Amino acid sequence: MGSPALDTPEISVRGLKVCYGDREVLRGISFDVRHGETVVILGGSGSGKSTLLRTLVGLQKPNEGEVWVRGLDLARASLREMDELRRKIGLSFQGGALIGSMSVGENIALPLLEHSNLAPSTVEVMVRIKLEQVGLSGFENYMPSELSGGMRKRAAVARAIAMDPEILFFDEPSAGLDPITAAGIDNLILDLKKAYSITTVVVTHELASAFLIADRIIVIDHGNILAIGTVPQIQQCSTPRVRQFLDRVAESGDDDDKVDHLRMYTEGIRVKP
Amino acid sequence: MSATFQFLSGVGGIAETSLSYLGGLTQLIGRSLLLLVASPLKPGRRLERAIRQSIIVGVRAIPIVSLITFFVGVIIALQGAYELRRLGAMQLVPALVAISITRELGPLITAVVVIGRSGSAFAAEIGTMRVTEELDALQTMALDPLAFLVAPKFLAMAVMVPCLAVWADLMGLLGGSFFGVTSGNFTLASFLIGVRDSLVVSDVLSGIIKSLLFGLVITAVGCQEGLSTGGGAEEVGKATTSAVVISILMVILIDVVFTALFYLTGGGS
Repeated sequence: MGSPALDTPEISVRGLKVCYGDREVLRGISFDVRHGETVVILGGSGSGKSTLLRTLVGLQKPNEGEVWVRGLDLARASLREMDELRRKIGLSFQGGALIGSMSVGENIALPLLEHSNLAPSTVEVMVRIKLEQVGLSGFENYMPSELSGGMRKRAAVARAIAMDPEILFFDEPSAGLDPITAAGIDNLILDLKKAYSITTVVVTHELASAFLIADRIIVIDHGNILAIGTVPQIQQCSTPRVRQFLDRVAESGDDDDKVDHLRMYTEGIRVKP
Repeated sequence: MSATFQFLSGVGGIAETSLSYLGGLTQLIGRSLLLLVASPLKPGRRLERAIRQSIIVGVRAIPIVSLITFFVGVIIALQGAYELRRLGAMQLVPALVAISITRELGPLITAVVVIGRSGSAFAAEIGTMRVTEELDALQTMALDPLAFLVAPKFLAMAVMVPCLAVWADLMGLLGGSFFGVTSGNFTLASFLIGVRDSLVVSDVLSGIIKSLLFGLVITAVGCQEGLSTGGGAEEVGKATTSAVVISILMVILIDVVFTALFYLTGGGS
């Protein structure tokens, strides 16, 4: 696999469909991610954004369509080619997904020890550098269970960048974190972007975070792409469904019921008989 | 009539799921053994993982296996002596202990202990890793979970379960001789001579072969249950339970088939 020419996209998705059984989760979506840009995939729960991410890293096979990552067709790639590619990408999981039986340092050292011929002392230094980059210096010997949610995500980022990847994926980097810690993770992503100028794909439902870190945003909903554009383009987008998401308007229908019940309980009145 | 058909279709359904489960196990064993020969991972680190697993499943099981099989040896001697004393055939106690322990109880008790210690642990460990996305994380780091996690367990179990079974044989015989020396008219030497005279190589060998199969099946069931865990803590618990129950059933089934085979091919005479 030669390094792709500069003008070919790092990631190219064409007519991608993914089904779980009979349920179509992604319904034929196409987009490109260019070298060095940060693309945020924005969508609500159940929009298919996590499935899209799983497909991009080869954890989920496409049912239809093509996914090209760094010139490799994921649907037709052999296991060896997949592994070759995976050494050049890093993925930071939503819950961290650090190996629970290994310390933080061992987790970060794992890909280095398994895939490179570096001496253990060199690996140790690299682990220290990576931990420093994510602001976790001195936490080598902690177990993942001893870390807070935010620290675990930082450690996962350190593991994801351990092999100096060409493409970095983030799954819900700020989900479940308080605003300050979430902002810290956003800054971390911006810092990494500055330091390495690598291609970054972030899946999130956090608007503020998306607007802060994205070069381009892809809004997906029910397995379809609603809008693709730069931050200002998305902010000014007039598609009703996109506006609903951006303006945080609740789903009509069953949510009306919820409000009624809430008022019934809180105010002791019956809004509708 | 329709009740009969319903019953038959139920039987067919169970047979189908059982066969596809067995197929899955065989596939897992085959792929893992293949990965032991042709692994994409580094040889040094692979050996290190297999040795670490061997210590966990093998070395650390020695105390409990010793204790249990020692007492099983005592029990067999007691039960045998109870009947043989009336016949005035106490000199047959060493033979009874030797044959029942080496051919059957040593490997079987070892398998049950290993199921409880390791088969359940495999299911819980891999199941939890499935739930916390650690298996996916390994995959995205180009570390195939089968090669990284499952294959070393197979290697460790294939080596350690037969070793444990031989150790269990020795401890069982020791337990039998403990009874012989304390309550029968044996000295340690005379009991062990009785054991030696009653055993042939195929007795011990058949136990070792069975243990090897037990080890492979326990690993396959434990890992299979772990890998097929759904989401959530409850699922991990269920996977662990099924790993234990299915392993015990499979071990007994293999035992029946192989003991029958040994018997029919003349190994039993």
